[in-house]
Parts: sequence; C-alpha cells; structure tokens
Amino acid sequence: MTKLKILGKVVKYGDDVNTDLIIPGKYLVFTDSKELAKHAMEGIDPPFIKKSKDAIIVAGKNFGCGSSREQAPIALKYSGTRAIVAKSFARIFYRNAINIGLPVLECEDLWDMVRDGDQLMLDLKSGKITNLTSNASIKAQHLPYFILELIEIGGLLNKLKRAKV
Amino acid sequence: MANIIERILSRASDRDRVSPGEIIEANIDCAMVNEITGHLTIKYFHEVGAKEVWDRDRIVLVLDHTIPAGSVEAAELHKIMREFGREQKIKAFYDVGMGGISHQVMIEKGHVKPGDVIVGADSHTCTYGAVGAFSTGIGSTEMASVFITGRLWFKVPKVIEIKVNGNFRKFVTPKDLFLKVAKILGVSGANYRGLEFKGSTIKDMSIAGRMTICNMAIEVGAKAGIVEADEKTLEYLKGRTSEQFFIAKSDEDVEYERSLDLSVDDLPPLVSCPDAVDNVKPVSEVEGVELDQVFIGSCTNGRMEDLRLVADILKGKKVSDRTRLIIIPASQDVFLDALREGLIETFLLSGATVANPTCGACYGGHLGVLASGEVCLSTTNRNFVGRMGSPKSKVYLVSPATAVASAIKGRITDPTSFKGD
Repeated sequence: MTKLKILGKVVKYGDDVNTDLIIPGKYLVFTDSKELAKHAMEGIDPPFIKKSKDAIIVAGKNFGCGSSREQAPIALKYSGTRAIVAKSFARIFYRNAINIGLPVLECEDLWDMVRDGDQLMLDLKSGKITNLTSNASIKAQHLPYFILELIEIGGLLNKLKRAKV
Repeated sequence: MANIIERILSRASDRDRVSPGEIIEANIDCAMVNEITGHLTIKYFHEVGAKEVWDRDRIVLVLDHTIPAGSVEAAELHKIMREFGREQKIKAFYDVGMGGISHQVMIEKGHVKPGDVIVGADSHTCTYGAVGAFSTGIGSTEMASVFITGRLWFKVPKVIEIKVNGNFRKFVTPKDLFLKVAKILGVSGANYRGLEFKGSTIKDMSIAGRMTICNMAIEVGAKAGIVEADEKTLEYLKGRTSEQFFIAKSDEDVEYERSLDLSVDDLPPLVSCPDAVDNVKPVSEVEGVELDQVFIGSCTNGRMEDLRLVADILKGKKVSDRTRLIIIPASQDVFLDALREGLIETFLLSGATVANPTCGACYGGHLGVLASGEVCLSTTNRNFVGRMGSPKSKVYLVSPATAVASAIKGRITDPTSFKGD
C-alpha cells in the first residue's frame, strides 16, 4: 500500500533526464533492487544514494526518456525516493513508475517554486502540492482514477495478485 | 474517418472507432522480451502465482543484450530465460546463435504482421511500424500482465504526419532523414504521439530503411512510428509468415495533429552531436573531429543494406590507424548473408573487427565500451551521457555511410565529399 499523502524533501533536476543517467546500462545485469539503488542517478548526480532518503524529485520536462528499463524507477524507489513531480514524463517511464508503485505527478509550474531541500507535501488524490518551507501551494495534473488506484495498492503486481491469476 | 493507428487500435479493442485521448484495452498479437527486461517479467509472473502464459505462440523470448554471456550475472539472466521458455513450451526462443538483436529477429522471422498490436519490453519495439504494425515498448511489470492476460491498456495517441518526398543524394540515407525529423521535433516533441511516415520517399524506401526511421521514433518520445503496408511489405513478408493479416490505412482526408512536409532532394548527411539526439548538424559542420572508435550496427543500422553500403565505401581501403572500427550485423541471418556476399572479408581486410549479433556496444554493455575521454561515431540511436561507456566519453550518431568514410579518415568526414585516400 502506498500512502496518498507523501512528505519529502526536494531534489531538483532539469529537462530530459534519461534512463541511462538514472541507471547506466552496465548495471542492468544486476537483479538485486538494493544494488541498483546504489547506482541510481549515477550518470547525473553521484552519489545520489546519500541524499535520496525521503526525496521527492522535482524535474523539468521529459523525465525518464530513453529506454524501457524498469530498473530506472526501481533504482529510484529502492533509493528511498518517495515520488517524482516533473513538468512532463516520457511515456514508458511514466507507466513503469506507476506499475511498480512509485508515485509520479505532472506539474508544469512547481519547478520554479522549489529549491533543493525544501519540504514538500503531496496529496495524490487532490493533486495539491504544498511547499512547507515557503508555504506556497499548487495543483498538479489530476491522476485518472485507475492510476490512483494502482498507486494506492502499491502497483500492478499487487493488482494481479488480488485478481488471483 | 480514422488514421492508421486508430484503425489498428479499434480493431484490437473490438470497437468501431477510437479517438485520441481515449483509454482502450487491446488484444496483443505478440509480446517480446529480452534477457535484461525479461528476467523481471518472469520473476513477477511467478510472484503473482501465474502458471501458464496466455498464448505460448504469441510470446517471443530473445537473448540479445549480453550475448554470449560476458559475466556470471548475464549468464544467470540467460538461464532464467531458457528455463522459462522450456517450462512454458515457448517455441520462439532465440538463444545465443539462434537470432540476434530482437527487433531485427522479430521482423525477419515473421513475428510481425501488418495490422498487429505488438508490445516489447524494449523501447525500440517501435521498429515494427516498418511493416504496418502498431508496436510499442513497455516495462517488465506490464509485460508480466500481458503474459498472463494477453491484453493491455493504451491511451489512443494523437498522430503526427511526416510527409517525405524527393530522392536521396548518393550516400544520404533514411538515418539522415530521421535525424532531420529529430532536429525539427526535438527529443520530447512527439511524446505520447504516433508518427506516420508517408510520401514518395517512403514508398520508394526499402523495409530496412523504414525500420531505421520507425526504430528511432522513440527518440522524439513517440509511442509508435508507422508506415502503411504496401507491395514492398507484402513482398518482404512472403515466406516469413503464413498467417492472415489486416492492412490498415489512414483515410485520405483524415486530420492530423501536426504535419511535417519534408523533401530529401537537398538533404545533406547529418550528425547528432553529444549529448542529445536532437542536437543535429550537417556532417560538414563537424568534419575533422578525431575519432577513437567507429561503431556500425544495432537495431537502427545493422542490416544488409547498411553493410553493403559500408563495404562499397570500404573495399580496398584501410581503417585509419588512430581509429578502431567495430561492425556488428544485426542478426545471425544478416551475418550469414554478409559472409556469403563477401562483405565480412572486406571488413576484415580493411582492419575492422566483426563481432556476433548483439546490442552490447550500443548501450555500453560489452563489445565496444568506451573509456573516459574517448569519442565514438556510431550508427546507433542514442548519444546520452555515458550511453556507450564512460560518462566522460562522447557519442556522435550518423548513417553507415558517414560512419565508414569517417573510419577511413580517422575523423568525422562527409561521405558525399569523401575522396577515398
């Protein structure tokens, strides 16, 4: 189960953060999620693992572009990252993140409202994002009900388990 | 009225029509995984307690990213794939030596038909639009769900029409055309969209060329690239599939979200410079950049047509002393054809090294990984920071013609003004 209210601290990145930066190809032979987490963001911001606990990544447009590797959202999730808010996402990454239970929100204007280390509160249900450090708030794009439901039960695997395949 | 993608998706979801933005559930005609993504799918398949795949004849398993295994870790992934293939009695299992790069294998071995909806746990699955199928990359978890149910949800995409007319100059190729498209659209310019390629240039283009342009659709964020199936497609499919298929076409007067109207008559060879695929310039503007490695291969440009072009330019010449040239045919079939035509001999005599079909070099896995400070000219599809090895290496993306002319010179060279020695 994923809580629909998420508290975390901002770690900020720019546009077009691709999956090779999130988890370089040479680590794709690893099967241990915690091992992948050690190398999260290695291509852009090592060592991310030192600041990833309870992180909320706030990124520019096209976050997660490139490969279909699910190891990218897995590495972020197991690094302790709680959620990602980006101006926009690449579509495969977006679906992968939701499917593994890592909440993602699209919000065009948040990026300009936050600084690294700010405390954020996300309300996934209403889409409201509050910057507790600056006391400002903004609305993210509304998540469709079936996506919210997937996030709430912790991802697609839990849904499949419940469907008793 | 409907476009080609709407036609395919409405048929696959048993509806009369579908509209952009609508969420639909489609029947999947074929699902493909490789060892890098497939091991997770298999783990999840077992984890949720599934016993049998929905249709063993619609699943394709390919080992391609790390073949032959270069580490114990890779060998373990292969083993997981092999065991699953046996357990589920999946006939289309392409082990080391049996297939090659998945996207080449999927089309070459007849797993793709016009009108199909195909998903692959690899982003370059969009390649299959080359024969008129709707195909797109998905993640490992969704693939586990597809393995179990044979269905998947899609948001019906808006479609960008790319009309291309004119004739390529000598040594200018479909790769150069796509780099032009990338420059215009940008790396996220087609996010959530489909790309439909049409026009006289596309009509004249081989299936191999169509594969190159559809393959790179993901590099502008597109969900799928597609070309309407025509006589060339039917000719190509002869002997590859005996199943019936459905040829989808866009209505004549259908409206697109956006249309690009391009001519290739004056298109020069283009290069995508580090570190983004849309950082595109004419090759003539970056001529002279010294190269440590030239790589020719991948699902983008490792087919016979590419290798013939390379051999034409390379015959009787030597690769520059300052550069290493690595050539990897896209599949076992391509490798064998290249061997029979004498291309492999030309490559070896010129000082190139030829390796077995694999994705290795393209994603920095093996067989051509770059050291810090090194510069590589590559016929692949991505030049992200660290894509082919060290985060301090640089990758430029070009056509096979530009790659080989540059390998001979040891520096980036425009093949249209290349003089040979």
